[in-house]
Amino acid sequence: MSNRFEKIARLKDSSFKIFGMFCTFFGLAMLAIFISSIFSEGISRISWDFITSYPSRNPAKAGILSALAGTLWIIVITALAAIPIGIGAAIYLEEFSKKSRLGKIIEINITNLAGVPSIIYGLLGLEIFGRMMGMGGSILAGSFTLALLILPIIIVATREAIKAVPSSLREASYALGASKWQTVKSTVIPSASSGIITGIIIAISRAIGEAAPLIVVGALAYVPFVPNSPTSEFTVLPIQIFNWVSRPQAAFLVNASAGIIILLGITFLLNAAAVYLRIKRTVKY
Amino acid sequence: MKIKSLIAILAVGTTLFASCGAPKTEETASTSDKLKGEVKIDGSSTVYPISEAVAEEFRSVQPDVKVTVGLSGTGGGFKKFSRGETDINNASRHIKEDEGKACEANNIHYLELEVAYDGLSVVVNPANDWVKDITVAELKKMWEPEAQGKITKWSQIRAGWPDTEFHLYGAGTESGTYDYFTEAIVGESHKSRGDYTASEDDNILVQGVAGDKNALGFFGYAYYEENKEKLKLVPVNDENEANGAGAILPSVETVKNKTYAPLSRALFVYVNSVAVDRPEVNEFVKFYLDNAGALTREVGFIPMSDEEYAAQKKKYEDFMSTHVKK
Repeated sequence: MSNRFEKIARLKDSSFKIFGMFCTFFGLAMLAIFISSIFSEGISRISWDFITSYPSRNPAKAGILSALAGTLWIIVITALAAIPIGIGAAIYLEEFSKKSRLGKIIEINITNLAGVPSIIYGLLGLEIFGRMMGMGGSILAGSFTLALLILPIIIVATREAIKAVPSSLREASYALGASKWQTVKSTVIPSASSGIITGIIIAISRAIGEAAPLIVVGALAYVPFVPNSPTSEFTVLPIQIFNWVSRPQAAFLVNASAGIIILLGITFLLNAAAVYLRIKRTVKY
Repeated sequence: MKIKSLIAILAVGTTLFASCGAPKTEETASTSDKLKGEVKIDGSSTVYPISEAVAEEFRSVQPDVKVTVGLSGTGGGFKKFSRGETDINNASRHIKEDEGKACEANNIHYLELEVAYDGLSVVVNPANDWVKDITVAELKKMWEPEAQGKITKWSQIRAGWPDTEFHLYGAGTESGTYDYFTEAIVGESHKSRGDYTASEDDNILVQGVAGDKNALGFFGYAYYEENKEKLKLVPVNDENEANGAGAILPSVETVKNKTYAPLSRALFVYVNSVAVDRPEVNEFVKFYLDNAGALTREVGFIPMSDEEYAAQKKKYEDFMSTHVKK
């Protein structure tokens, strides 16, 4: 009898293993097909001229300078706005707030916010930052909107990282006479930093790819100048790519592929930074 | 330690920033009539390529005027236009009554200017050897709301066509193209059957028709022109001898002389009385009307005749003299 059960169990084991392998390779194969088709179409279009030219009706002369500059502005200001608020909120929720009913409600709502479609944040940003606060379609309005969009991701990731810090470390800190703030500052955050940084970079990578909420806030498509201040009008790479993809001339599709390669390059760079920082800073207990 | 990592992240960002390079500076001869300031354009994504082309050319004449163009769609653009947030709105349809009222409520007088034509092209798959022409009545039979679920086969449209199902491809219901097509074919704007493949991206429709022997679709002439080998253009007969007898194919000629009816449409820009008071906007609008004819063909649309552009310019000058105090 036991022999039969064992056989069935082994069969289940191996069939699940094959299923799991299939799932893994399916995702990887799709990514490989996508990347190879994008690269074969767009890589030859990438040149210094492509990166340093403004948009044009002539696909061979068109470039991404204003879109790339806009994307970099947006990354920096979104990060500056979202990181302190996100980490601050997470520290409060994990270390200071009492585990009350209100705390639970706040917790559930933050998790829900992470699932709100990005276009909704665009409408919110348009009303609050664009109209009520009078920022119009500026980089500031766009960045703050994206900061709202990624705040829940940062908060959730930071909280998970803080939760993973063993309580024995806190207790040791208190035993040495440290106050709560000193414990948080010198023990909890340094220990959680690799997880926090990973969360931040995943959140920013998401913000880079957004076009819809920025179009709602008032980001443009044709911008023949590099934004020179946070109040300047702007466009970003995803909008430029979206615009090129919908044009009738096939040469614009090549431009779109080249733009996608640049955008992927920025995302990979950020992810590489995340991996590096995580490896470097991981603390073992 | 925490702060160090933050600095590390920002350092990556700033390095990227710096490496992106300074803007190209252009040496410009300083003449007395060099203008400064900005011109904000938003609205229809259909009209976008024309305004982009004009803005690009305007830069060589007035390099210090910052002309920007957005993609909010005709309706989204009119919302901003009526609040005075933009100077010019690209539109693939006429302004609606409530949009016009919103402008008036904010003391904005507006003027519609025609800048180009487009021929909505009816296309089938190249392997389709039975559809040689089609009448407006037959198109209506295919597309009207009542056809949903009932009219599904070619044989129901014209005797002699095969007894197989047809598949329809067309613009999404949010686009001005959809409104125009339904108005011209069904007779009522924004009304059609719902069981067709809809996309806001005409390239998707091109792919759909190119890969489906039983397909029939419609989209802007430029999308046919760029994909001629994958599609078969269908001549349309409006059964009105007054504007050309028989079935007529869309082409630069037939759209321009208006014999390709009823699917030739005009594309517009709307200008705002407050904005054209600024010399840079005024200069840009005049430049637009002077140069749209040459530029529209390059981006795939069909130019109007010189007389028509002159008439639009006259219309604009009259508007200036009534609404703008000099």
